[in-house]
Amino acid sequence: MATDCPLLLGLVEEFVSGLVDSKAKDAAAGSTLTSDYFVVISPPCLTSSQPHTRARGVQLLSEVLSECSGSLTEKEVLPPGSAVSILRSLFQDVHVQSLMLVERACVYNMLLNLMATRETELKSLGSDFVFGFVQSMDGERDPRNLLLAFQIASNIIHQGYDLGKFAEELFEVTSCYFPIDFSPPPNDPHGITKEELILALRAILTGTSKFAEFLLPLIIEKVDSDVQSAKLDSLQTLAACVSQYDHKDLAEFLEGLWTSIRREVFHTSSEKIEAAGLSALTALTSCVSRSVLSSDSEDCLSTFLNLVIKDCKHHLSEPDLRLVWPSAKLLQAACSASIRASHIITAAVMPSLIEQYNSRTQCSHRRTLLEVGQKFVQSLNVSLLTEENALSPYRSSLCSIVFSALSETNDSLEITATQLLTSLAQQQGLLEESDIELAVDHLTKLLLTEEDERVVAAVDCAGALAALHPGQFISKMIPRLRIEIVDFVCVIGMVRQRCLSALASVSSQPIIIQQSTPVLLELISAAHTGSVPFTVEDVVLACRSLQRIAEQVQDTEDTGRCFHDIIIPRLLSLALQAALQGEDAPRPSPLVEESVLSAMVPVISTSCSRLQPKLAEETAFKAVSLFLNGNVSFLPDNSFPSNIQLLKGDCWRQSQMVCLLMACVCSSPRTVEVPHLDELLSALEELSCSSSHTLSYTSAAKCFAGLINKRSPGAALDSLIQRTVKRVFSELESPNSTVHFQVFTLMIWVAKALLIRYHPQSTALTDKLFSLLDDADLGWVAADGFSLLMSDSSDILNKACHADLRIMYRQRFFSENSKKLVQGFHAATERKPNYLKALSNIVNKLPKQVQVTELPALLSLLLEALSCPDLSVQLSTLSCLEPVLVDPPPALIQQLEALVSRLLALTSSPAMVVRIGSLRCIHALSHFPAHEILPFRARVLRALAKPLDDKKRLVRSEAVRARGEWFLLGSPGGR
Amino acid sequence: MSNRLENANPVIFQRSGERLLTASEEDEDVHDPIDEREIFDILQSINDPEHPLSLEELNVVEQVRVKVDDPGNTVGIEFTPTIPHCSMATLIGLSIKVKLLRSLPDRFKIDVHITPGSHASEDAVNKQLADKERVAAALENSSLLEVVNQCLSTRNI
Repeated sequence: MATDCPLLLGLVEEFVSGLVDSKAKDAAAGSTLTSDYFVVISPPCLTSSQPHTRARGVQLLSEVLSECSGSLTEKEVLPPGSAVSILRSLFQDVHVQSLMLVERACVYNMLLNLMATRETELKSLGSDFVFGFVQSMDGERDPRNLLLAFQIASNIIHQGYDLGKFAEELFEVTSCYFPIDFSPPPNDPHGITKEELILALRAILTGTSKFAEFLLPLIIEKVDSDVQSAKLDSLQTLAACVSQYDHKDLAEFLEGLWTSIRREVFHTSSEKIEAAGLSALTALTSCVSRSVLSSDSEDCLSTFLNLVIKDCKHHLSEPDLRLVWPSAKLLQAACSASIRASHIITAAVMPSLIEQYNSRTQCSHRRTLLEVGQKFVQSLNVSLLTEENALSPYRSSLCSIVFSALSETNDSLEITATQLLTSLAQQQGLLEESDIELAVDHLTKLLLTEEDERVVAAVDCAGALAALHPGQFISKMIPRLRIEIVDFVCVIGMVRQRCLSALASVSSQPIIIQQSTPVLLELISAAHTGSVPFTVEDVVLACRSLQRIAEQVQDTEDTGRCFHDIIIPRLLSLALQAALQGEDAPRPSPLVEESVLSAMVPVISTSCSRLQPKLAEETAFKAVSLFLNGNVSFLPDNSFPSNIQLLKGDCWRQSQMVCLLMACVCSSPRTVEVPHLDELLSALEELSCSSSHTLSYTSAAKCFAGLINKRSPGAALDSLIQRTVKRVFSELESPNSTVHFQVFTLMIWVAKALLIRYHPQSTALTDKLFSLLDDADLGWVAADGFSLLMSDSSDILNKACHADLRIMYRQRFFSENSKKLVQGFHAATERKPNYLKALSNIVNKLPKQVQVTELPALLSLLLEALSCPDLSVQLSTLSCLEPVLVDPPPALIQQLEALVSRLLALTSSPAMVVRIGSLRCIHALSHFPAHEILPFRARVLRALAKPLDDKKRLVRSEAVRARGEWFLLGSPGGR
Repeated sequence: MSNRLENANPVIFQRSGERLLTASEEDEDVHDPIDEREIFDILQSINDPEHPLSLEELNVVEQVRVKVDDPGNTVGIEFTPTIPHCSMATLIGLSIKVKLLRSLPDRFKIDVHITPGSHASEDAVNKQLADKERVAAALENSSLLEVVNQCLSTRNI
């Protein structure tokens, strides 16, 4: 091997002197052993007097090193000690900043490389390594290299290299870039952003408490500057760094930092800076709170907080309350930092707030004080609270304020008081029984007598209180609400509606549900028997309340029992009673209405989808035996005839109940077995292909699809699908068939069920759908069908129903089928609009990222769609264009002429939604690169004069907005 | 513009909420007349030349000081400078006028003037704003147009 040495030396010399480019590299990379020699001989070329030679030397060295660590990580290629010798010669002999950009990058990469592989060796260099690095990066200006250099510095700090006496040097050489002010050039190929640099630098500056004495004065200086972005960056850096610090590091700067933060919060116009200031204050306070008290030193937390309180508290009691909000926010920020801080601040602020409130007479002032108080209560971090709540001493006075405000006549005061009550209620163990009792009284009164916003606040508050103190609600509020809902026949609809929503809102605990749901069931049953003249809307609202309860209640066995053993059988029984009433019944029950049944579906499906598989299985079993065999034994009020056949489809009142079957069997977790599945499926298929009642055949098709979607894969499923597909196709192809729409509905739902689980047989169905676009009767419906395929349906085949749903199915469907659409469009003669509609239905539901990448291929079609006469096509195209226009792809800019003229034509469309959509797009166009759209300015302004006088206000306001932006384009002071 | 603010600490007013959408506004066939609130909505977002606040927040424009006669094609605006010696009054008036010229159909005659009794040189400003040619000439002046456009730009903080 020694013979290689002179040869290699020669090659290296050739390379570094610029004669041959690749041989030395190849030689070095080709053989692992050569790198040993290489490392031995390379230092001399770094010491060469020729700058050019040194540069080439660095380049070569770096490439060889990355080669070594890249391909041969498992083998230690470099002999021990060589890293040190390379670095010594590098730091001593090469003046890095005099090298070219690329070679500097090589140096940084080399350092990163060595840090990754030779950590111990580098650490043995001690602080010399840090010094060498500081020297080499001093003066770096290129953002690409800076990112590398920041990475090295951050490694030095976080991997525990010895900074020695060079901490200040390292800080100086990095902090000179703070705050980062960098805006990448347009079309920057490297894609470095300001944020990246900011975060990289922040990681260094905040990485060690050794920097505290240098960083904190720098932060104070930068917060005091005039540049907004510098302020923001400094405050965020401050919030980040103090988490590493000890209170001793902070001590001497606390006052200066506080002055700066206070000034920013008091005087800034930017919400971002205010928020950054507040979170910096919280971070500071919690850092100081960590200090350990010793007997002789002063408590620096209370010193600091006294400073804060001194500067802020008097603003809370000034007569015009001018600076009350900023001061309150500062105090709250400090208050939320730690338990001790919250005790100190509450003790200082609460008495004066309470006194202020009691002495003021103006409603607006009292309201402001109440709001401040509410924010304070909120800022007491619930998770921090221990046995002793900081608010306990003020409980009684706060409560009396709240209750007195609740009995005022002023709207906003009442709303704020309710919010304060909500916050108080959320503090664990603060309120006492007597307070709750009073609160419940007040809330009930509010619910029954007031209107609008106050009720919304009261309902929320009742919900929050009931979650923690169910007892009072059961004994007082629910009976009262029951009387209002069921007994008072003459109450106006509004009050009943409110009571229903309040009932739903308080029902979050199992114990409350057992009292509240019977009230709702009583309403539904009374509506059915006609004993109280409830309307269809009342019943729908009651079902919604049940649904809300089912969604929000804790998922436990008890609540599951309540729903599965009482509520679901009861609903099924009432619906069945209504369905069995003949045409001759004196008064049709509201329970046969489609809207009522559709409102019952989510109640049942939500409770079946909860994680109680055993209960869901029981319900599925009962429902299947009811629908298949007419088994009514589990239903309450059992006086039904014995020969019920719900799936036969003779009577629409009975067959439409299949939607309730769907809710029972299609939404349970996938582990739940549905009994008699094959029998059930064929009955459903039969019903969906034969019924003439829309709700019946659609629900049967959905139920069929929901079951197929969850069925385990295998031969049984495949043959079932093949049978159905065959039947569907033959019905669709027979010209005399009377059930085209029914069969089509079944097909589209089955297609969806298979498509979303990536079942291979879905292709046959979707291809059929594409071919139907050219059909005279079904073409239009087929185009609409794509919207069904692409969107989430609310009651079935969605995630909440535990459907087998792959998240990317839309993208996959689109990329597999977009070509078919384009081809079909060009081949079609009469029915081109169907294709455009199908396209817009598909594209509309795709995520924007996919839209943008696929758009160039489809742009001509979309532009075509804009001039398609069908309104819904125009509308959906506009709605899918609008987000794309925010960040226009280059392909779009080339088609600007066509786009602008079509959009302008649409501003005089007869449909106002189209006019609005096109004006929004024109508005978005005004943010395109100015030089591209400037030629259109005059034309657009002229054309937009007309919609300014549109007869619809909504159109006019869009026109005003769009025209204003186009006027600013290319005008001085504008854009 | 001088470096010192004339009114460094103005009283800030609450902004009105969004106009509530009514059923008739969503109905294709109903004709919505141009009303006071609509004009006010056009004006409320104009920026003050001195403060990072809108004219609505400074109470310079108010809905009660907007008069509209849609069939008669006239619009009348009274605006109230924050202090009686405000040197920006003409500029604010000009911004209001330009905003309306850009936003209303050209059938309207637009009259912008100062709320009586709220400014020291009320008559002079009113006269300037009413003179069509002086307004046109002012908008030829690119530095003036620049300030007006800045007042009319949508704020994005």
